[in-house]
Amino acid sequence: MSRPSALWALPGVVFFGLFAFVPLVGVVYLSLTGWTGIGSPNFIGFANWVALAHDHLLVQSAIVTFILLVGSILVQAPIALLLGVWAAGPQRNRAVLSSIFFVPLLLSGAATTIMWRQLLDPNFGIPAQFASLLGGNGNFLGTRWGAIASLILVGSWQFIPFHTLIYQGAARSISPTMYQAAAIDGAGRVRSFFAITVPQLRNAMVTSTVLMVIGGLTAFDSVLILTGGGPGTDTSTLPYLMYSDAFKSYNMGYGSAIAVILVILATAISIIMVKLSGYGKMTSTQEGL
Amino acid sequence: MKHRPNFGAGFGALIWFGIVAVPIYVLISASLRPQAGYLAKGPISPITSPTLSNFSHVLDTDFPRYLLNTFVITFAVVGIVLVLALPIAYAVVRGTGWMNRGTFRLFLLGLAIPSQAVIIPLFLIINQMGLYDTLWAVILPTAAFALPLSVLILTGSMRDISLELYEAMAIDGANSIRVFFRLVLPLTQSGISTIAVFTALQAWNGFLFPLILTQSDSTRVVTLGLYQFISQYGANIPALFAGVLLSAMPILVVYLFARRTLVSGLMGVGGK
Repeated sequence: MSRPSALWALPGVVFFGLFAFVPLVGVVYLSLTGWTGIGSPNFIGFANWVALAHDHLLVQSAIVTFILLVGSILVQAPIALLLGVWAAGPQRNRAVLSSIFFVPLLLSGAATTIMWRQLLDPNFGIPAQFASLLGGNGNFLGTRWGAIASLILVGSWQFIPFHTLIYQGAARSISPTMYQAAAIDGAGRVRSFFAITVPQLRNAMVTSTVLMVIGGLTAFDSVLILTGGGPGTDTSTLPYLMYSDAFKSYNMGYGSAIAVILVILATAISIIMVKLSGYGKMTSTQEGL
Repeated sequence: MKHRPNFGAGFGALIWFGIVAVPIYVLISASLRPQAGYLAKGPISPITSPTLSNFSHVLDTDFPRYLLNTFVITFAVVGIVLVLALPIAYAVVRGTGWMNRGTFRLFLLGLAIPSQAVIIPLFLIINQMGLYDTLWAVILPTAAFALPLSVLILTGSMRDISLELYEAMAIDGANSIRVFFRLVLPLTQSGISTIAVFTALQAWNGFLFPLILTQSDSTRVVTLGLYQFISQYGANIPALFAGVLLSAMPILVVYLFARRTLVSGLMGVGGK
């Protein structure tokens, strides 16, 4: 028999099941327990969920998560689209510059955020150096909106290069004859961009935007390192709230309930992703084999 | 088509270049400066007396051990992912029956599980297994969460192998093991290097799993080491920046020598 049996997939499926699907079921169960992280969880029914419904921090964190998410997309999507199309051009100088554009991708999220934390430092950072010239004290991280803007800035610096890559790849696969035809019809650069480039990049936009949404929903490292959820709890996001309830207050059951909310949101989004991005089609070609 | 220079776009690109380059310039220049100079003159000022003392200072701490831990984790994760994902993708692409279709759907679903959402039960499982605060506590979940995308990328490149080649081997009476090693592996090279790089980056840059699942100095990884440095070093920003640069050094080296592979690895899902 030259075809592989399902046994080939078994070890990987078991491994993935143990570390991804078992915890996924486990988090739902843990949300119904009280557990401090030591000893074993004890079942307490819906007490965590009832408490969660009255937690104003949950609502606030959801709003902050939403603001960060929308703000990040509004900043990142247009810049990444324009840069991607620009970088897809055949000119030599574009290739050289874009290889520098991708350098932020080489730093880990932790390293990037630590760098920016120092660059935005109220006493020794870049704003501080210029604050005296512009007036103001340069303390962005000390105010609610300054901290939110800083998180969007750092996230954009870190992730725009990645989304630029997606758009660059897609823009390269647009047939040049379409542009030639448009030029013969007298379309200018701006007209071609909106009439050809943007519609042709539709799939890339879907992929990129969905990844931005999921990334925004689960943004945690940057919040922990850059603002620590502060000032006060002003930049606490859903994942950060989960972390601080579970691993700082050792209220694991309560943190699990927040995690369940995250799972539901992420699943809803990824169902939309499968519907829109054509991963579903990949399954059907495979069935025809 | 002739290329008229597009000045508007060029100007925009230059602005973005500045946004990328200024922080990196500050990062590098500050790491080469004595601490007193950085604090007195601020981040954007010319370097007067460059020094490597910040780097040697960082290397005198436990930082080399963090680097070593991260190397061990990265190699182990890439090894596990390759050993598990290749047979899965092979079974999905060439296998028949509902189990193989189900496997593909399973990993599509798995793609959507955020690691943050399952970290609390993972903490419980790793504790039950007696692995808390070991390198395995980081290796196993990191490998598991790299699997879905690796399977997707590999199934993509295995589907590109033409059916005639499989049929020719079947006529020769080759069994599935032989087909896998003689046909599938050699023709999946680019997919393999893509997922190896992608997975290595995930492992090297990982933060959440080490943060929750390890605690002592002997199991610390570079990202956590840097995070620790913030409170340890306080205002010694040049040393902190030297640490940031050292943590990215291995990736920088890969970027210089294998840019194409690294970029496709970075793309991961975007490349599909």
